[in-house]
Amino acid sequence: MLEVHSIQRGIVLDHIVAGNGLKIFNKLMLDKVDFSVFLLMNVPSQSMGKKDVIKIENKIDIDLDFLGLMDHHITLNIIEGGQIIQKRKLTIPRKVRGLISCHNPRCITNSDDYAQADFELVSAEKLEYRCGYCEEITRYIP
Amino acid sequence: MLKQPVRHLIDPEDLSIEELDALIKLAQKIVHSPREYADACKGKILATLFYEPSTRTRFSFESAMLRLGGNVLGFGNANVSSVAKGESIADTIRTVSAYADIAVMRHPKEGAPKLASQYSLIPVINGGDGGHQHPTQTLTDLLTIQTFKNSIRDNTIAFCGDLKFGRTVHSLIRTLARYGIQKFILISPEELTLPDSLKRMLNQTYSLQLEEVRTIEEAVEEIDILYMTRIQRERFFNEAEYAKFKNAYLLDLEKIKNAKEDMIIMHPLPRVNEISYEVDQDPRAVYFEQARLGVYIRMALILKLLGVECAC
Ligand SMILES: [Zn+2]
Repeated sequence: MLEVHSIQRGIVLDHIVAGNGLKIFNKLMLDKVDFSVFLLMNVPSQSMGKKDVIKIENKIDIDLDFLGLMDHHITLNIIEGGQIIQKRKLTIPRKVRGLISCHNPRCITNSDDYAQADFELVSAEKLEYRCGYCEEITRYIP
Repeated sequence: MLKQPVRHLIDPEDLSIEELDALIKLAQKIVHSPREYADACKGKILATLFYEPSTRTRFSFESAMLRLGGNVLGFGNANVSSVAKGESIADTIRTVSAYADIAVMRHPKEGAPKLASQYSLIPVINGGDGGHQHPTQTLTDLLTIQTFKNSIRDNTIAFCGDLKFGRTVHSLIRTLARYGIQKFILISPEELTLPDSLKRMLNQTYSLQLEEVRTIEEAVEEIDILYMTRIQRERFFNEAEYAKFKNAYLLDLEKIKNAKEDMIIMHPLPRVNEISYEVDQDPRAVYFEQARLGVYIRMALILKLLGVECAC
């Protein structure tokens, strides 16, 4: 069996919903980096049945709002000296700026570069956000 | 002296009930003694930035500023001005801030006046942004109700027509709910009822009653204010459906024969064919008076946003 579980220093994204791993991998542009990165798919999980895991052998900056938006089931572990030194459960961001574009074609954010849509969560269940400019609802689809 | 932050009016919710009441009161004072306000804005300039033509709204604002002794400059159609050449609203408003003391913006894109307010050094008034908000229409409607009914709260108000897409109607309903109006009668065909999300919000936030009916006649006897809304032909799938709707919801004297004697009939104007001309003669029709009051509430708003202290 291939041993990939131990990284010395870096970040592990655990409990990714099976199937989301590759999408997140691509969004974080981990295919462009020069350090070790592991993408594990369909790993058996007690709580989830199956899960994806990403292990990154480096401490990189990750936008947690963005990651929470993509998949709020994720647990983010920070690894130092082969040990987990910090554990963080991601959540769906209540406010989002710049990560989503407004679905309303009449919205100013779609025609004036100065206006960067800011959104407020209205339904966590449906991932629906209200635009701060036009007040229309946009549903986030990862 | 501490400089006050610049106030804007983008959404009716930007003003508290106390502030709305104060504006209405001020507007009524101006109605009674306009001469005392004739120089209140002397030396001040209102910029009218109309990215789409709306002659009525623009004239109403210009008239308001001129009646306060101020001046106006601006454009009524973005196509003929340099702003059409792709300049950001943020840049336009910063430039205009140097030329004028207060600005009103009408824009086809929703949220445009809010963007302007974020970069402006002078007060910005939303003169209508797409189908989104039209707060000075809401203010006009409040002043009209207060003027003719002597109170805003104690009325049963009916909205008739397209209640689904008319978002200016939605913000009026929200404002009236904030005022504590207890009963709304919603008259519309099934296809054009008030959105569920708004009904839910109203029911959760306020203690009020929403009664939905399909015809004017079945509710007319208990209505204090009948608010007719504009009906757009493009909301209908075909001509036949539109024609059917038009006849059922066209207000004529026959439909209001059982109405209260002191009921008032409002309409934001321009009407297309929601109200038969014969209704104009009825003393309960106040829609032209409503347009006149729109100038006075805009005068009050300009005074408030400019922070003009009046000895009047
Ligand atoms: Zn928007």
